[in-house]
Amino acid sequence: MDLKFLDFEQPIAELEAKIKELRRVQFDNDINISDALEQLESKSKTLTESIFSGLSDWQISQLSRHPGRPYTLDYIDLIFSDFHELHGDRAYADDPAIICGLARLEGQPVALIGHQKGRDTKEKIYRNFGMPRPEGYRKALRVMKMAERFGLPIICLIDTPGAYPGIGAEERGQSEAIARNLFEMARLQTPIICTVIGEGGSGGALAIGVGDRLIMLEYSTYSVISPEGCASILWKSADKSQLAAEAMGITSDRIREQGFLDEVVREPLGGAHRDFQKTAMNLRETLLRHLEELKRDSMEHLMEKRYQRIMAFGVYTE
Amino acid sequence: MSWFEKLVPSTIRTEGSSKKKGTVPEGLWTKCPNCSAILYNTELERNSSVCPKCEHHMRISARTRLELFLDKNDQEEIGAGIKPTDPLKFKDSKKYKDRITQAQKQTKENDALVVVKGKLKGKDIVAAAFDFGFMGGSMGSVVGERFVRGVNKSLELNIPFIVFTASGGARMQESLFSLFQMVKTSAALTRLSEAGIPFISFMTDPTMGGVSASLAMLGDINVAEPNALIGFAGPRVIEQTVREKLPDGFQRSEFLQDHGAIDMIIDRREMRDKLADILSILMASKLESTGYNPIPSTVNESAVDEQTV
Repeated sequence: MDLKFLDFEQPIAELEAKIKELRRVQFDNDINISDALEQLESKSKTLTESIFSGLSDWQISQLSRHPGRPYTLDYIDLIFSDFHELHGDRAYADDPAIICGLARLEGQPVALIGHQKGRDTKEKIYRNFGMPRPEGYRKALRVMKMAERFGLPIICLIDTPGAYPGIGAEERGQSEAIARNLFEMARLQTPIICTVIGEGGSGGALAIGVGDRLIMLEYSTYSVISPEGCASILWKSADKSQLAAEAMGITSDRIREQGFLDEVVREPLGGAHRDFQKTAMNLRETLLRHLEELKRDSMEHLMEKRYQRIMAFGVYTE
Repeated sequence: MSWFEKLVPSTIRTEGSSKKKGTVPEGLWTKCPNCSAILYNTELERNSSVCPKCEHHMRISARTRLELFLDKNDQEEIGAGIKPTDPLKFKDSKKYKDRITQAQKQTKENDALVVVKGKLKGKDIVAAAFDFGFMGGSMGSVVGERFVRGVNKSLELNIPFIVFTASGGARMQESLFSLFQMVKTSAALTRLSEAGIPFISFMTDPTMGGVSASLAMLGDINVAEPNALIGFAGPRVIEQTVREKLPDGFQRSEFLQDHGAIDMIIDRREMRDKLADILSILMASKLESTGYNPIPSTVNESAVDEQTV
């Protein structure tokens, strides 16, 4: 079993492995089996289509944390140019779980903020699995305030299991760091576009998630608590994560129905991890379009719209 | 139902059940959860629900809090008509709707935040209090909306805003609707800040998760009651993550003060005096420009209560 594949991806993985093997045979022996290959490839496509057309919310939740999924640094490579990373919160440390920097998007200068997870074990630990500490949020805020001063739009890429629940994080004011970002982002006088590219883990995601646009990649999720956390509290059992995922409605489609999203960016067949390039191009096109729209607006109007958008959050009767 | 019962008017039929409810005796004694002392309720209430033996500040309802804090006269509730709904048709082992109904019956509140425009020692103030008894004081759409209405009332009247928090965090049953109340409440507070109106966050036991990581930490002055549990992640979650024993007093008010997160710890029995004084200092320049003369803290409290300013 290939660990890079999720359990429901296994049939696809096996077929793909067979195709790869056949290609190698063809190359080595110079025999023509292209018909057979073609047939297998089309079978693989059909199989993927059928599996991905009926994904459960829980399966999408697993996809959003797929170990092969593109991360912030991948999008920086594929979408942005002239990236200059900016380090540190000027007070305590540099948090590698959040990446900040200056860059250009199709020639337009922007500030970029994004959670970063790691690929291999060493990097995962270095990035703290994408779970920021207070200094990460404070670094983000420092860079965002600078962006405001220099009139740079801000692009936020969200992908975290949540803010880090650690002793040091609490000592240095995890709550205050998140709260301060919400407060300041609500009134930062520059366009802010937030995109959930993977896991939108609660307050840890929200702390770089306030702005004029909220976009989600097709197989990303956004929730108030992880399905596992919700299950262990409300069902008293982490085994009920599937039920919790469904009950909370954490997928891009469900969240669009709830009225929170400006756009869902479609992912290539089989998910973002199957084709980084195509995913990145889809995201790039979306970001450019929204950036164009926001830049046309006057700052005053933009700020008023952002405030009204935020005040409209919630449902109640009166 | 037999034909005979149908003849009996409904008022007579329901009489029996209401009588039964009335005969349940109220408890006379409370055991202190900290020192286990058995305390006479009347005495405990007279002491603001602070244990006279060990000074433990017991959890109190939102109404009790506001009763203790505000002057008796001139109270006006804000947003009382705002009621919860179930946008996601959420169901775990129990339906969210049923949980709401149950909490409403238990607490006699519609949701977990009560907001009142009233007076503190004769001075206008808007005070909001979380009710921990209502689904753990969790913040959903109603809490967020009422909070914002309270802030708006403060803005409109140019008077201070104070919140007493007691909450486990965001309400899971409303998922993103709840999570985004963190933004909504924080954004509203930017307006207070820009208008130069004081916002005091008074954290009581417990203040965790989404409430701690939004409105609670944004006070011009952050206050906590003694020994209140305050933090982002729950101690159990942290212990499981770091696999270490947590330091003594971790995430308690005194710990937060040592680490620079809060300005001060205030004993519940002194909250009126201290906050009235702090607010009169913060409001001094604002009031000076409107020809208003703040009352010195030495003035007898009961005398101030009676006067209408």
